[in-house]
Amino acid sequence: MSDHESTYVPKTGIERWLDSRLPIVRFGADYMSLPTPRNLNYWWTFGAILMVCLITQIVTGVVLAMHYTPNVAMAFDSVERIMRDVPGGWLIRYVHANGASMFFIAVYIHMLRGLYYGSYKAPREIIWILGCLIFFLMIATAFLGYVLPWGQMSFWGAEVITNLIGAIPMVGEPILIWLRGGPAIDNATLNRFFSLHYLLPFVILGVVVLHLWALHTAGQNNPVGVLIPKERTAKDTLPFHPYYTVKDGVAIILFMMMFAFFVFFMPNALGHADNYIPANPLQTPAHIVPEWYMLPFYAILRAIPDKFGGVVAMFAAIGILFVLPWLDTSKVRSMRYRPTMKIFFVIFVLVGMGLGWCGAQLPDAPVVPGMASFVLLDGELNSYLWLTRLFTAYYFAFFLFIMPIVGLRETPLPVPASVSEPVLSGGATPAAAVAQAEKKG
Amino acid sequence: MALENESVAADQGDPNDKDPNRRDFIHIAAGAAAVGAGVMAAWPLVNQMNPAADTLALSTIEFDTSKVLEGMQVVIKWQGKPVFVRNRTAAELQRVRAEGAVGSPAEPDSARTKAGHEAILVVIGSCTHLGCVPTFNAGDFGGWFCPCHGSHYDASGRIRKGPAPLNLVVPDYEFTAGSTVRIG
Repeated sequence: MSDHESTYVPKTGIERWLDSRLPIVRFGADYMSLPTPRNLNYWWTFGAILMVCLITQIVTGVVLAMHYTPNVAMAFDSVERIMRDVPGGWLIRYVHANGASMFFIAVYIHMLRGLYYGSYKAPREIIWILGCLIFFLMIATAFLGYVLPWGQMSFWGAEVITNLIGAIPMVGEPILIWLRGGPAIDNATLNRFFSLHYLLPFVILGVVVLHLWALHTAGQNNPVGVLIPKERTAKDTLPFHPYYTVKDGVAIILFMMMFAFFVFFMPNALGHADNYIPANPLQTPAHIVPEWYMLPFYAILRAIPDKFGGVVAMFAAIGILFVLPWLDTSKVRSMRYRPTMKIFFVIFVLVGMGLGWCGAQLPDAPVVPGMASFVLLDGELNSYLWLTRLFTAYYFAFFLFIMPIVGLRETPLPVPASVSEPVLSGGATPAAAVAQAEKKG
Repeated sequence: MALENESVAADQGDPNDKDPNRRDFIHIAAGAAAVGAGVMAAWPLVNQMNPAADTLALSTIEFDTSKVLEGMQVVIKWQGKPVFVRNRTAAELQRVRAEGAVGSPAEPDSARTKAGHEAILVVIGSCTHLGCVPTFNAGDFGGWFCPCHGSHYDASGRIRKGPAPLNLVVPDYEFTAGSTVRIG
């Protein structure tokens, strides 16, 4: 949509004066009139929902920083003061804490949307890579933020996660000490985590701008997955406003209702009770788990018997997403027309949830209580350890084997020639449609 | 004068000239100076994250091990980390000695204690896996058990089972007077 022509006409003298100096109103007006595929479904509203999440986190975060004290002696108490004494502080903190979970719910749906409809394929690779970068920055920001209340989970989460870096051979230990600012997690660590937690959301905002820039250069994908040629723009697109501002608005309201339900009725359901115990460097809680949105990656970390290997696998699980555009060999974007791949996709989603479930369990615990099994290598077969390994194997196989092989071997269904043209019986053959799609790309 | 003008004209006039000339040299030198200045400016910003002087000053502590009763352990804090001082029973000592050199790296118990104070074990109480504090007198080997990811240590602090790669670390320490140790 980069060739979208400006239709903005400054009406008043002030607007004309401004337009020739800083065309910011024109920029906004052009954004609102962007031609948008007319067939976008509700899965496409999560981009706007994520924007709302980011702004919510930044605004509540800036306010919380006015009351929070980044010092090991005072951090926990300052958070309790926000909860008890600061006017409305409880609300702002609960919005911020649950907002992180909401952000991740939305981003996971947004990413799976992209995966299902092939939004990462040419010409949209950069959009996808920038999105992966945002996801990685979100994980880093969420981790840094979780340390700030200086409860038991904060402290031991920081201990375990920073120790991952210590697993790097040779340079791990010096980097670890440098990162923590001392031999252990302490005040220096808390201070720098606070500084970086404040910084990273603005870095995310910057990458979001690039993400949108790339999006509007390559053009939005759509549920059918075919590119919209210039001559069909009038038929196949609608202006962003009012059609998609309203559609996004409906989704945002529904999302906010769920958000509000958590904030007002179960604000601690997604957190861990142990984080209301002040950090104690001499006592580890009996069962430490990360926040729910990191559980799948935590499960992958524990699935590997070697310490450094586990760290590598965990980072590889995120890193592999960056090269996804080159692992998928299929020319058909939308999995609507890829019945075989659709099955593997559904299994992938279930495996992702399964990994999350496994990440919250003790590795040695039996999956089916009471069922007899045998010891395979280093653990009972009937244990979360082996279930996690099975899921981890599928997670990587999905990207490394299933995607390249299925793309080459499957027979896709006929792909419509355009967004508005229905598939006529005996009409477009898959090959023809693919060739056409390629030509347009 | 005329010669100098000519040489300038020659430099600018032939952009396809592949030979390094004085202008290339200036470009490279200026670029190198800018990179060098950038690195020099970045270094203090990186270095400030290293442990500060007051953090490093807390590097030694003293502790009287006679306060630890037989069969018990006392946890003291050194450099922000827990240190286990364990006074082992005769039965525990017999068990760890009978097992010989085990763990990772394989060590006999005698390599992990000081002569004349064999019952006292001083180890850093951070699991070598991901740094949790192992639970005293738990696990399959009568030593410690790490609740985070299930590492089992024996009463000599040697890793026997689980994901931890190494034995519990014995810090640098010495007995200064009688039963008093100085750690660090």
